[in-house]
Amino acid sequence: MSLLSVRDLTVKFAMREQTVTALNGISFDLAKGERLGIVGESGAGKSITGFALMNLLSRPGFIDHGQIMFEGEDVVTMNDRQLRGMRGNRMAMIFQDPMVTLNPVLTIGQQMIETLMAHRKLSREEARQIAIVKLREVYIPSPEERLEQYPHELSGGMRQRIIIAIALLLDPQLIIADEPTTALDVTIQADIMELLLELCQSNQVGLILITHDLGVVSQMTERTLVMYAGRIIEAGRTREIINDPQHPYTQGLINALPQQTLPGQRLKQIPGNMPSLTNIPPGCPFNPRCEYATDLCRSRIPEISHYGEVEVACHEVQRLQSNDARREVKA
Amino acid sequence: MSSNTMTSATEPSRFAKIWNSNIGYSFRKNPVAIVSMAIFLIIAMSALLSPLLAPYDPYDPASIDIMNSEYPPFWVSGSLPEFSLGTDDQGRDLWSTILYGTRLSLLIGICAVALQAFLGISIGLIAGYVGGRLDSLLMRLADIQLSFSTLMVAIIFLAVTQAMFGSETFNQYAVFFLIAVIGVAEWPQYARTVRATVLAEKKKEYVDSARVLGFGPGRIMVRHILPNSLSPIFVISTVQVANAIISEASLSFLGLGMPPSQPSLGSLISSGFDYIFSGSWWITVIPGVVLVVLVLVINLLGDWMRDVLNPKLYKG
Amino acid sequence: MKDMATQPALLEIKGLEKRFDLDQGFLETVKFKGGRITREARSVHAVNNVSLDVGRGEALCVVGESGCGKSTVARLVAGLLTPSAGEIHYEGQRIDDLSRHDMLPLRKKIQMIFQNPYASLNPRMTILQALEEPVRHHNPKYSAAEVRDKVTEVMMSVGVDPTWIKRYPHEFSGGQRQRIAIARALTVDPEFIIADEPISALDVSIQAQVLNLMLEAKESRGLTYLFITHDLSVVEHFGTRVAVLYLGTVCEVAETATLFSNPKHPYTRALLSAVPQLKDDRPNHIRLKGEIPTPINLPQGCPFESRCAFANGRCKSEKPRAIHQPDGSMVACHALEEGRLDADAPGL
Repeated sequence: MSLLSVRDLTVKFAMREQTVTALNGISFDLAKGERLGIVGESGAGKSITGFALMNLLSRPGFIDHGQIMFEGEDVVTMNDRQLRGMRGNRMAMIFQDPMVTLNPVLTIGQQMIETLMAHRKLSREEARQIAIVKLREVYIPSPEERLEQYPHELSGGMRQRIIIAIALLLDPQLIIADEPTTALDVTIQADIMELLLELCQSNQVGLILITHDLGVVSQMTERTLVMYAGRIIEAGRTREIINDPQHPYTQGLINALPQQTLPGQRLKQIPGNMPSLTNIPPGCPFNPRCEYATDLCRSRIPEISHYGEVEVACHEVQRLQSNDARREVKA
Repeated sequence: MSSNTMTSATEPSRFAKIWNSNIGYSFRKNPVAIVSMAIFLIIAMSALLSPLLAPYDPYDPASIDIMNSEYPPFWVSGSLPEFSLGTDDQGRDLWSTILYGTRLSLLIGICAVALQAFLGISIGLIAGYVGGRLDSLLMRLADIQLSFSTLMVAIIFLAVTQAMFGSETFNQYAVFFLIAVIGVAEWPQYARTVRATVLAEKKKEYVDSARVLGFGPGRIMVRHILPNSLSPIFVISTVQVANAIISEASLSFLGLGMPPSQPSLGSLISSGFDYIFSGSWWITVIPGVVLVVLVLVINLLGDWMRDVLNPKLYKG
Repeated sequence: MKDMATQPALLEIKGLEKRFDLDQGFLETVKFKGGRITREARSVHAVNNVSLDVGRGEALCVVGESGCGKSTVARLVAGLLTPSAGEIHYEGQRIDDLSRHDMLPLRKKIQMIFQNPYASLNPRMTILQALEEPVRHHNPKYSAAEVRDKVTEVMMSVGVDPTWIKRYPHEFSGGQRQRIAIARALTVDPEFIIADEPISALDVSIQAQVLNLMLEAKESRGLTYLFITHDLSVVEHFGTRVAVLYLGTVCEVAETATLFSNPKHPYTRALLSAVPQLKDDRPNHIRLKGEIPTPINLPQGCPFESRCAFANGRCKSEKPRAIHQPDGSMVACHALEEGRLDADAPGL
């Protein structure tokens, strides 16, 4: 049985005059201990997905319909008490900015011990011991001293480690990490990613990694969802998607990276911008930016369906694949 | 011709733009703001049009008959039909006097705030943008000014001028003295707010960008920073108008403001105060109610505006 | 590097230093220490003895992690900050001590593009106002039509529809705003552009658009760039030469291809190994020990000593000088100088 099973998740935002759809029929599964990447640019709905999975959306956003089955229970229909029992306990979240997540007026120890005691029947001393163990797991030197420190006394990389330690505190089954290293430097990012990967593998914890960075996804995850304007447009094994993207947007995203072009040459850019949620074009949301768009693309929304190893939402994917094949034959 | 209709169709009028903006929307959704605005507009319009609306001219001694004094308003028995809200102790029609008095109060309030704003914004801009020693100097001056209460400064200043020029000359120029003293006493409010905003705006990249383009400090302050500091200025302006009206009323009540011959709301309340126990309560109570309503609606509008313009609640 | 020697550099930075005082005002500097009252002012050493030169038509990329002083260097060159020591020369003329008035003609030559397109345009000015203002300011004799022509020309060249000219910045997306910000810098026809992380606030697909635009402007207008970034993949693509900064000090300066194929300084190697790669054929990244020291108390020796796997006693006590390497790069490292680390083993 899968750990998490999302079916037709639709999130809307009640705006002034109309209701806009921020997530449109998202469906995916996550097995126990599996690592899934959600990739997309700002406005694609990837962060909203993360919040929706924890049922953390606040007004004006709301889950319109859909199902989020987590360990056999539907997160959408849970009441507040059940949600509190789940959040932080069985499903934990790591946010982008470590300074916002940690409470600046409490010491690290207070924050960790409070969290433990809120969810488990433990004495203060037992909770302290667990906190020290967890800090050691994320390679924090002299954890006993860190417990007495305030967040501002620590560096950014250290803070993000502590956030990971807090997320792991109650041995969750699933960690949702929303751009966990965007605020950090590359050398620290590499350390944190390595740590996260190691912890997920050794404890069989599921990971949903939300990021804009294809390089990070490629190194961290087994499967990837690519999102565009509130929809999943491509899903499959990460390696397949990176090496052989099917959807024109995914192709464009990968080709736009500077590594894909010789130095000094023009980068292969995708023209235009992601549509805003209030102004999504009819048909395939990507059609105004797509070089392969046809009349069908401009009028009908493509369903996501299997093409070989991956799932793609594109009317023209077969034509693209035969083009690729022809090109390969020529080469 | 066709291009003209095109542009007019694509570019809505200024009013329509404001009406459809965030401010317009939140105004439409806020009944308190709508009612306050309506009441404020009614008071302001009737004050502005007082020469047309008022049946009598309270400043014209010829139209006043002392024999008409202390008639009650129309709903109390013994009233005269020509004095709908009754008369005051000198026989003036209270309705006319309140209209003229409200006009004076609003005029003094708004002019005093304009003076405060001019002083405060200039000083705040310079202190915030230039920084360093000049900033410390100007802000310590503001602190000193704030450590005297407005009323105390005003009382001393007005008492001294009254003694210097004699009450005849003083009464003639009372409006200007009041505007000057209320305007000068409260400039630090503006200076502090503006300085704080300027310090925040100064760090933004558009200011750096203007500096790299070689613009001078005057241009950067007036063309770039000031337009972006307007929201807090609007918010405190409403509150300050209400405060200035109260200050004026308090000073007039204490006999240091408008003379009884040209009564503002404050001096009207004051003049009726002596008769309150002799039964003529309306001379004090009716102008008092007008004053309270006026200040209340301005403050409610200020509250609404602060909620709308608060950059933490709404990013624009 | 070879043809550079014949041509004098367009921009020369010599021994640049910048310190920011932490304790401001007399009272804050008075400290009670060891039973005595002493005066002591702490300061952040943001930039320490940085010397660089940029030749005409080059794109010098300055890379480093947050807090390494790369943005401070950009601001110093742009004249937004005044250096604590050192000199900046442009076309042989010293520019760091000029008054605002003397600087004015240089403002037309040196322009800057900022990181955050949401903050670098005045929200209360229409695009037209924002673009006309610099043209008018620097060309007071222009007629209204000439100003308008210039504005249309720059808008076309950055690919923003000139009919949108009456709109306000908030009506545009991040990528379009950055185009407009570039257009604004181009209105005065500069020859040297300082770009402070111009694409790091943008989405991947938009980054490519803006980077292409900057490359086009470089070719069509013969621009020279000082490009500040933390993103090494952008450097590899955009830069002709790279300077790696650590804690306000230059570790390594080299031609881009040389630096990426053969990084020499241990910090450069760690930095390069940490970039997440799309394909999984990369070697494991070099894990640095410890944390970046605070720039308040700078180490006496090499700034990288506390995190370097090759450090010895000399690194602790003596600052390394930048030394020319056979392939034209300049590296400041005792270990490399003494042959303690193998210069030809990329990624160790």
